[in-house]
Amino acid sequence: MELLVASAIGILTAAGIYLVLRLRSFPVIIGMSLLTYAVNVFLFASGRLTVGAPPILGDAASYTDPLPQALVLTAIVISFGMTAVVVMIALGAYLGADDDHVDDQAPPEADLKAEDAT
Amino acid sequence: MTHWIIAPVVLPALLAPFIVLAARYHIGIQRVFSVAGVLSLIAIAAGLAWQASDGTIILYQLSDWAAPFGIVLVGDRLSTLMILLTAVLALFVILYAIGSGWDKRGWHFHALFQFQLMGIMGAFLTGDVFNLFVFFEVLLIASYGLMIHGGGNLRLRAGVQYVLFNLLGSTLFLFALGAIYAETGTLNMADLAQRVALVDPAESVGIRIASVMLLLVFAIKAAVVPLHFWLPSSYAEAPAPVAALFAIMTKVGAYAIIRVYTMVFAPDLDVTAGLHGLWLLPAALVSLALGMIGVLAARKLDRLVAFAVIGSMGMVMISISLFSQAGIAAALYYIVHSTLAAAALFLICDLVRAGRAHLNLTAAPPVSGAALTAALFFVAAIAMTGLPPLSGFVGKLMILDAAFDTPLAVWTWAIILSASLISVVGFARAGSVLFWKASAETLPEHEGQLPSPRPSVLSYAAVGGLLSLLILHTVFAGPAYRYADATAKQLFDPAPYISKVLGTPGKLSTPKEGH
Repeated sequence: MELLVASAIGILTAAGIYLVLRLRSFPVIIGMSLLTYAVNVFLFASGRLTVGAPPILGDAASYTDPLPQALVLTAIVISFGMTAVVVMIALGAYLGADDDHVDDQAPPEADLKAEDAT
Repeated sequence: MTHWIIAPVVLPALLAPFIVLAARYHIGIQRVFSVAGVLSLIAIAAGLAWQASDGTIILYQLSDWAAPFGIVLVGDRLSTLMILLTAVLALFVILYAIGSGWDKRGWHFHALFQFQLMGIMGAFLTGDVFNLFVFFEVLLIASYGLMIHGGGNLRLRAGVQYVLFNLLGSTLFLFALGAIYAETGTLNMADLAQRVALVDPAESVGIRIASVMLLLVFAIKAAVVPLHFWLPSSYAEAPAPVAALFAIMTKVGAYAIIRVYTMVFAPDLDVTAGLHGLWLLPAALVSLALGMIGVLAARKLDRLVAFAVIGSMGMVMISISLFSQAGIAAALYYIVHSTLAAAALFLICDLVRAGRAHLNLTAAPPVSGAALTAALFFVAAIAMTGLPPLSGFVGKLMILDAAFDTPLAVWTWAIILSASLISVVGFARAGSVLFWKASAETLPEHEGQLPSPRPSVLSYAAVGGLLSLLILHTVFAGPAYRYADATAKQLFDPAPYISKVLGTPGKLSTPKEGH
């Protein structure tokens, strides 16, 4: 169980970081989503992994920590909203400039000279 | 328990939807409500600051749940000082936005502005680390909207970079919080301070990693080199009033570092010994040097100011990373100064742009009204570079004095002094090219657009207001420093804070000792 969850977090994070480093809007946004999935699972695991126990104190002998579940819910809502925002802004930038690079491209020499001349 | 301390969060949170829903098509009503909201924020923040100024710690338990279980808002000297600074800055920024017409160049400027204020105020007031994350997200999502306000390709591209960088930062923040919760089982700052002290140094791997990750997150916000890459293009491309408001956002990072790394991961803690103390000061020194070299290298005025912001955050971080009472006090004095100076410079950039239509540091035909703009730039540049007689000089002296008998004193002094020289050269060059070296050429071919209307009186008044605050900050440097020193003293004696937060009864509080 621990091995499965830990390796899932690790693989998601690694894949997310790889995609973010591609520096094109689409892979970067997919990579960001993978990273947020990884962090959501990580937050779950931060309350210790317990199988089949209720997240509330009651008659049951064991219980699982309810707080990480609340944290994960908050994190999911926030990351969902943020992803929507970044998709819209990236789409606007792509449609405006016809270029989906996330990093700054070096301007062509001609542009630099024109800028100096003005 | 009074409810005043939650007002800085609730007031903008109610005002923003009201502006969107009821006053969407009426810019006049939006402006009235926005300015009225900011004015009442100043009044509330001043009241809270006065209440906290005698060392009282104001506690607010949401829904009356007791501390480690419920969310608390805490107002001490530091928090109330920061919210007062935010509110005052917001007033001048909103006046400038109205005066220059920036708020009409896109939709929902005032609503986003209020949401941004809500996030900043909440981040300063909260006593819970996860809540800090939530307020960070509130202020960030509002800043994403403000950043691309008015549109344009360059601005959208800079916006994408800014949003992505901050999303990565938020993800790292969540990883840090998860690690902290896994190690200690709490996210309340006061409770954390107690529990982190109990962690066995032999099994401290988790908490050490969490501490470093959290510091990285705050360093991203504070734009410490090498995590500063988001700042220059996003601040330069953002609309001027927004960039001026963003001057407080880097300070949110500095505030979070001061708060968490004096109380939770205190400098004398065994568990995290030798972690941030080792590399924060060198990183801050590099930030200062790199920022000021950027000032010298910049080819456009807005980039120049953005690099000056990195440099001044470097100064703040140098002072914070001394982790001494004198260091934090000097940092607080300098934070107030650098926020006001950076905001004034960003607004002046916009005044210059109004006359010249671009910000390239090249000679251009003279424009009318440049004399007043030049005078404002001169004062703001003196403040930012830290020349006498303005508060930048006083603040720099305090930082040099605080760093005097530390191990890296020679490096600190050498880098601060040479960086100041470089920045003076950079600003002097920019100012003389912009305002002095008017080329004799005639106007370029697109004459139709060029002689744009002169900035309104309100725009000049807003910039003048910020600069006069800087002058007041210099004249009353003595009382300001004493207050900053008292604040730093309160930070290094967190016992009253912790006992106030954890000892105040509420729902679910079972007075159990020492679990």
